Parts: sequence; C-alpha cells; structure tokens
Amino acid sequence: MATPVGFFTDTTLCIGCKACEVACKEWNQLPDNPIQFRDSYDNTGQLDQRNFRHVRFVEQATSNPDKPIAWSMMSDVCKHCANASCLEVCPTDAIIRTEFDTVYIQQDVCNGCRDCIAACPYGVIGFDSQSGTAKKCTFCYDRLQNNKMPACAQACPTQSIKFGNLADLRKMAADRVQALQAQGVTQARIYGDTEYGGLHAFFLLTDKPEAYALPNAESAVLPGRNDVPGYLAVAVTSVLAAIGGLVAFRRRGERA
Amino acid sequence: MTNHWRDIKNADLILINGANPAEAHPVGFQWFVQAKLDPQRGPGAGGGAKIIHADPRFTRTSALADIYARIRTGTDVAYFGGLINYVLQNNLHHESYVTNYTNASFLVKKEYGFTDGLFSGYDPKARKYNTASWGYQIDDAASVAYNAAHPPAGGAVATLAKRDLTLQDPQTVFQLMKQHYSRYTPEMVSRITGIPQDQFLRIAKLVGEMGQPNKVMTIVYAVGLTHHTTGGELIRSGAVLQLLLGNMGRPGGGMNAERGHANIQGNTDHAISWEILPGYLQIPAPQRKTIDEYVAAQAPKKLDPQSWNFFGTNYKKFMVSLLKGWYGDAATKDNDFAFNFIPKPGQNSSWMSIYDQSLKGKMQGLILSGMTATSIGPDSNRVMEALANLKWLVVMDALPTTSSEFWRRPGASPASIQTEVFMVPTTHWIEKDGSFTNSGRWAQWKEQVLPPQGQARHDHWILADLFQRVKTLYRQQGGKFPDPIIALTLKYQDPAKPQLDEIAQEINGFDLTTGKRMSSFANLKDDGTTTAGDWIYTGSYPDSGNLMKRTDGIQDVKTNDPTGMGFFPKWAWSWPLNRRVLYNRASADLEGKPWDQTRPGITWNGSKWVGDVPDYPATMKPYTLDPKAWLPFIMTGEGTGRLFSTSMLDGPLPEHYEPVEAPVANPLHPGQSASPVAFLYSGGGSFGAAKDSFGTVADYPYVATSYRLTEHEHYVTQHVPLLVGLQPHPFVEVPEELAKEKGIQTGDRVRVTSKRGKIEVLALVTKRLAASTIDGKKVYTIGIPIHWGFVGVAADQDPSKGANWLANALTPFVGDANAYTPEFKAFLVDLKKI
Repeated sequence: MATPVGFFTDTTLCIGCKACEVACKEWNQLPDNPIQFRDSYDNTGQLDQRNFRHVRFVEQATSNPDKPIAWSMMSDVCKHCANASCLEVCPTDAIIRTEFDTVYIQQDVCNGCRDCIAACPYGVIGFDSQSGTAKKCTFCYDRLQNNKMPACAQACPTQSIKFGNLADLRKMAADRVQALQAQGVTQARIYGDTEYGGLHAFFLLTDKPEAYALPNAESAVLPGRNDVPGYLAVAVTSVLAAIGGLVAFRRRGERA
Repeated sequence: MTNHWRDIKNADLILINGANPAEAHPVGFQWFVQAKLDPQRGPGAGGGAKIIHADPRFTRTSALADIYARIRTGTDVAYFGGLINYVLQNNLHHESYVTNYTNASFLVKKEYGFTDGLFSGYDPKARKYNTASWGYQIDDAASVAYNAAHPPAGGAVATLAKRDLTLQDPQTVFQLMKQHYSRYTPEMVSRITGIPQDQFLRIAKLVGEMGQPNKVMTIVYAVGLTHHTTGGELIRSGAVLQLLLGNMGRPGGGMNAERGHANIQGNTDHAISWEILPGYLQIPAPQRKTIDEYVAAQAPKKLDPQSWNFFGTNYKKFMVSLLKGWYGDAATKDNDFAFNFIPKPGQNSSWMSIYDQSLKGKMQGLILSGMTATSIGPDSNRVMEALANLKWLVVMDALPTTSSEFWRRPGASPASIQTEVFMVPTTHWIEKDGSFTNSGRWAQWKEQVLPPQGQARHDHWILADLFQRVKTLYRQQGGKFPDPIIALTLKYQDPAKPQLDEIAQEINGFDLTTGKRMSSFANLKDDGTTTAGDWIYTGSYPDSGNLMKRTDGIQDVKTNDPTGMGFFPKWAWSWPLNRRVLYNRASADLEGKPWDQTRPGITWNGSKWVGDVPDYPATMKPYTLDPKAWLPFIMTGEGTGRLFSTSMLDGPLPEHYEPVEAPVANPLHPGQSASPVAFLYSGGGSFGAAKDSFGTVADYPYVATSYRLTEHEHYVTQHVPLLVGLQPHPFVEVPEELAKEKGIQTGDRVRVTSKRGKIEVLALVTKRLAASTIDGKKVYTIGIPIHWGFVGVAADQDPSKGANWLANALTPFVGDANAYTPEFKAFLVDLKKI
C-alpha cells in the first residue's frame, strides 16, 4: 500500500477564490451548476454529485475594532474518514478504501441504492440521476495513480489546501496551530484529528466546528459495534423480511 | 509595479489601497500570504508581515488583513496625507534617504502658493493651471557655466536648481510639504475618510516604523485609486509617503500597481493611451514642427549637476529609433526622420472623447478591438447613444459583446439605429502565441494552445490586412497626405500575416549598420542607424534569442535565484534591461551598502554593483568614494525622487478633492470641493454637457462604488457557464443597517438610480458594508459589481434578458486632469426596493 495521503485545508489562508471548485469541475468533468442566486458569495451551496469541492463563507461580526468582521472561508470536501460510514453501509462494496487510504466510490459497482448518502454525516455525497450512481470527491484517484496531486490542491493559489503524506500534514498543522496561538489567535484548532477515527481531509479552524456547520468531536463518532438493541432490531427485521420474501415468492404462481 | 509580484514576500508591512488582490489577483496574493507566514518579516520583532487594508468594503482581502480600515471611496489622499503628516511631525522619515535621494532640498519659486484649495496659477475660465510658478528656483549663473563646460547633448540643456541640503530654507520642498500636510491632522483624516482617529493612529504608528532602514513597506494599489478625478494624485500621495520612508527602489518596497488584465501593462508600454508613443515618449503637440523642438519641449531637463538625466539625454535617440523603425528608408536626417508623419492631436483625444465627439456628430466610424465600449464606458446610456450616432462600427472580438449587440439590446428599437455594425471574429489569446507583460513588468512568452476556431482571425492579421487595403487605395487614388501610410514599414515575411515573433524582433530593434538585433537601449543612436519599436523593450530579443521565453524558475531555486531575493533573472524578461526593481540604486546607502543587509537590491562590491541588474552605471562608484557620482533616480531631471512634482497638471503636492459627486463638501476647503481641473466633456445630441448629469446628495443620498469579483473576468466570462454558476446573477451589496431601514432582504429586487441611469438587480444584504461618519454625517456606501450586461448565459436565461444590468449606466462621464480616467469608483445613487 502507498503512503496514506491527506488534505490539510488551512482556512486562515483561504481567500474564497473557488479555484479549487473550478479545477475540480474541470478535471472531473462535473456538470455546471444551475443559475441560482443564493444568500452570499456562495452560490454553490453544498457538496453533492456536481460539486466535490465547496467553499463555505462564514460571516460573523466581532468586537475587534481593527477587524470588525470575521469572514472565514473554508474549502469543504469529502473528509475521507478513517471510520467511513458510507463505506460501512455500502451493500455492494462499491465504496472501497484505496491503496492511498482514501475512500472511493467505484462507479461501475455502485447500484445507486443511496444508502451512503443517508449515512454520510457530512452530507458530501450526491446522486447523479444520469448515471444512476452516487458521487463524491474521488481524491482525484486517477491523478494519485499517476503521481499527480489532486486538482484542487494544485490550483489553490495560497496553499490553503495542502496535499501530501498524512503524517507530515498532521505535523504541519500542529505547528501552524501553535504559531497562530502564539500570535493571539487563541481559537485556532485542528478539526479532524479524532473525528470519525481521524479525517484524511482535515481543517484548521478559528472557531468552534459548529460555526462551520461541522459536527463536534463528541457527535462525530460512528454508532458503536456493541449496540445490542440495535443488532437485535436488525436481526428481527431481517427475519421478518426473509419471511415476507418467501411469502411473496410462494404467491407468485397464484397470480399467473 | 516598481517592484514585482514575488517581491511582496520581502515586505514587513503591506498597505493595500484601492485594491482587492485576494479577489482580483488571487494567484499574486500568494506572496502576501508568504510575507504573513514568514517570521522574519513584520514590524517590531517580526513574527510575520502585517497587512493593512483600507477600503470602503470589507472584502476577501480584508478577511486576511491584520487591520481593516473602512475608508470612504476616493479619500486616500487624505489617508496618505495624514500618514505623511504623522511621519513629518514625528521625524520618522528616513533622513539620509530624504536628504540625498529625494528633491526635499530643492528650492521652489517664491511665487508658488496654495490658498483656499487652489494652487497658484489657476485659470478658472479654462479650468487649467499655468504651472510655471510650481518650478524650482534656477541658478542662472551656475546653469550658464555648466552648459559652457558640458555642451548639451540631445537637446538636454541644463537648468540647475538651487538646493539647501539642510532642508531649513522655507522654500525647500521639505518645508513646503511639511506646511502643506500640517492640515492633515488625525482629526481631519477622520472627518474626510471616516476612519476613527484611534484606528488611524494605530495604523500611523506601524507605518511610521517603516522609515527605519532595517524595515520596509510596500504599497499595493489598483484602479480603486486610478478611477477618480484625482486618480493621479491619489497614486502620487502613496509614492510621496514611500519616498519619505526611504522605501522606493528597495526589495519589499515600492509603489505597486496591480494591473487589471493579463497584458494591460504591455498595452500601456506600447502606447494604448492617446497621449503617448511606445515607451512613454510623449505624443507631440501640434506646434512642434521639428524633432529638436519636440525634444526640447518634452525631454526632462537636467536640474542638478549630478543628475544623469538619462531619459532627457537620450530622448532624441529613442524617438529617432522609433521613427526609423516605423518609416525605414523614408525617415532620413534630411526630412527630420519623418517626424511630420506622426499625428499631433490638438485636443484631448482620450477614449472617452471618442463618444463625446460622436455625440457632436464628428465621428463616422469606430473600430473596437479587444474592448467593449458599452460595458466599460462611463454613463452607458450616453455611450450607446454615441455608438448609435456612428455610420459604422466594427467590433473585433472572439465572442459577442454588449457593443456588437447594442443595437438590439432589450428595449432598443433596431430600426431606429442606423449604425452599420460589423462583427469580425478574432482569435482568443489561447489561439495565438505572443507575450503577456504582467504587473511586475515581466514579458512572458506563451505558446498557442489551440488552433483558431471557425472563421476567427488574429487581431493583428485583421489590422494588417485592413492596412494593406487602405495603402492600396492611397496608392491608386492618392489623398491629402498619403506619405505616412505609404512609407510605413512592414518588413514581415507576409505583410498581411505578420508573425508575433517578427513583431517582437521589431519592437526590440535593430542595428541597421550590422543588421543585428540591439541588446540594449543604451546603444541606440539619433543618427538613423538604429531602430527600436519600443525602446524600453530593447534587449528583450537580442541576437541570442527571445529572452521572454526563458523559464529558469523554481525547479532549481539555488541556481536560478542566486541572491535569494526572488529576482530569478533567467525567468522571462522584465523591462528595462531585465531589471526586477526600478530605481534600485536607492536600495543602497551612500557607501553602496544595502540599507538592510538581509534584503539587498544592489550592492557595491568594490569594483561594481552586484545583485539585481543595476538601475545605474554598473561601475560608477558610490558617493563616499566619488562625491560627483550620479544621483540615484536616473530618469528624472532632478536625479532624485520627487516629493514635489512639477509635471502633474492638478498640483505639485497631492491634495484631497472630493469626487464630482460627493456626500459632503470638502472639509479642507468647502469652497473648492472637487478638483478644479477635472476634465468636463461638453456632450451633444440629447446628451448635453456631462456636468449637467452630475447628481447631488439631496437627490442621491448614498455613495456607490463599482468593482470586480473573483469569479468573473470583466464581461467575457458571461459566456462561460461554469463561472456564471459561481456568480450567476447581477446584484448590489447593501449594508445591513440600511437594508433594515429600507425593508430590503437578500434576494429582493432593487432599483439603483443615479442622475444618469438605473440598474435593476438583486440585493445582497451584508455586514461587510456599513455606515461611516463623514464630517459628522452618517454616510452609507453601496457596492456595485460590474460584470453583467445584456449578453451572455445569465442574460439569455433571465426573463428581462439583462435589461438594466449595465453597472456603468450609473457612473459619471468625467475625466481626471492628468490621464482623463473616468470616476468609476465614487458616485451618488438612490436605492429602492421594487
């Protein structure tokens, strides 16, 4: 297996230019967005089958007279979770963990059941009604296989999106948080060290995760495996389903 | 830019005024970020450069700034003037630099004065200054003696100015400017700009520190300074501050204009403006009958014995080489090198005057190449009437524009517009090779990416073909003055299809004696034996090849950036002579040592200057070894940087004037509120004098400013669905508080009106705009992005078809006194929900 890779997105360096969105759409040949005016400079709205990168704009008033607004920009993307619920729920094994330790939906295996869409806690997956499949950031799997960095990271002019070896990125991020805190940015923090077992696409934030519409560390966990009532419920449901199926099959002939 | 993009990483403090680099130049913004991240940079003990963004809007640039100052649009002279005053009052200027490298010590004529908002010499009838009283006191005896000892070359007669190096004489520039800016107190700055006094003082403290030799500040600006009736002075006020702090000529310093297109710097260098010829040689005035009269009038005069006056001394060589390149064998010594072939406009012929003349019925036709008049011209309704007054209009563009479609715009009646419009499809830049000159003066060659699509032809082929046909007609039919057309050289393999490589060689110039290409403009001659299509590009394409194609960059930093200062001398080519920082002799002290050893521009190594390509004779010793060495600013007659300029038309020291449409009377001199010399167009047809279409604050209570967004490139990206999706619909930004007063919510349709026109678009309510207190009055600013019109994907899909989407329907038709630039960035409007 190749070295695990990651994205470290430093929101303090993001200028909201959306070069990542454009580069991603061009490389992955994603369809254009409809002409729709939204409520900020963000007219992309969300991550989905058409948008694998999405720059979120967070505008807040502050009490600092030299910086009356905190206008945070954050290029959001699939987190490629270590504990990826999409991968767990996928019934056809279309969603795999690649040799780069990224999470990838194999388009030729996906049957379009949409379970992953419901399961993703970050809402990054969308359904492409033309192909009948679920789609999300591929981490530019095709580029990784050819020793090229993902299109978004390559296009980012301020290196807000950094691509590289996951361990190196984690170290770089920790150093950056330390430097920012030394400069008085006390709210600087990393998002993605522990959430869902550690995110391969992690972020430097300057506010609580909730301000960026991200689940906090307490919520960002998969349901436990020792969830006995849950398992029992699943077992009962499957038995009932099996019986129902058998009944249905038995009655097929009656209608003929 | 005096410096270049990469150099911004060398700064300790970055002032951004009239610019929004994070949005308009996102790729260049990486250097701002690098400066911020570099712990060696910054005021005080360092820890990263600080960014101060003064702008009426909190933008994506402000988001990454350390200090955001909400400045009222068009008041940056007051801001910089206040900083100049703070520096002077607290003795924070770089003393050695100011005394030796600026004209602080020059004595100004006693007749010079400034009273009640007017400089001496004002003629109210002509709305012009007679600038004679703004000159220096000339030492006649010394001048005569000097000229006798040094016979003038190239018409450069010396007129030596008196100086007082103690800077104490009340007529010194230093004392006059100290007095002039004493009015710009923090309180006055606050009244004019709206920046609170305490915040202004926090900024001033950081800026004042930058006068120390081991610190350096850069000023970055864009058309937010240019697009005002005081545009030239807005920029000069920043330059004056930089000279006082000793930051001109140094890495990490300078006055850096961010240009608005990939090649707008190249356009300017090659004379896109009507008043210049290539290489910033002035277009001759009608009364100049001979080349010597022209040179005597235009070339800077030597004002100090130690001024090299390089431009003045060589002006004639550059002009003769240009004429020789254009007219070849027809340009001879006997006919004054065909000087009489050059058109000599008798009046303002800037691009706005095209529309003014058309309204007066004095224009027959117009060719638009790479510009869309209807979208970029101020007062769009006036511009569209001007186009409708033409017999014919040719639009050369890769895609339809609002100019090619103006006759069938929503609401127009095509039957009533008699203008015959020709759409000539041209190639896009990806369909041709050639050079782009970026903001940092780097000419970079690019290759053709795609072959021309459909019937598209290169602009230069269309013009060459047209020219051949006109020439044939002149040959066949004669004419009033066929000589300049017949004589023009087109030494290309196929004169109807010149290759850009051939044109690049022509621009570089040739030695006609040897047939070789020139390697430096220093070797150009005024005897007709050399050519230069644009002398500042001479050396870009020497016999060794096209240096603009060089790409020795970050693949090997150690080899390609030997000084570590980011010059990368073998990456492309920058004018002049591949110099990366202009005026770089001023980066070293009197002994030839860099002001800051860690950030050298050029250094005297005992026998020559090393580092960047010196803006100075390579082996001329520093002043401590040769007291008669040339002064550092070799292009000016003074030999120094100009704190006080005798060549501006609206004042030798920048003074704050209000925009022609302002929310308050000028707090400094209410009786002379706006610029007394702003250019007023007289109009014609149903559009009369432009000044009659200026509104007042009683009718139009809100300040408005226009701008670009990251997601679009002016108007052309309205044809790109992917980018239209990112910013799909025209909108105006409305401050939250005002929106509340008016009951406006994001997504509501609003009508914005000025005295000239209206737009009907959506509202985007934001915290990023807010009220300012201007001279005790609450003033709101409304933001108006410029990118929409009645052409493109969004317009096609909208029920209105883009009617009332042209932002410039609102802007005033007025020009600044020096450059005739319209006041796009400050005007008054009203706002209503519809």
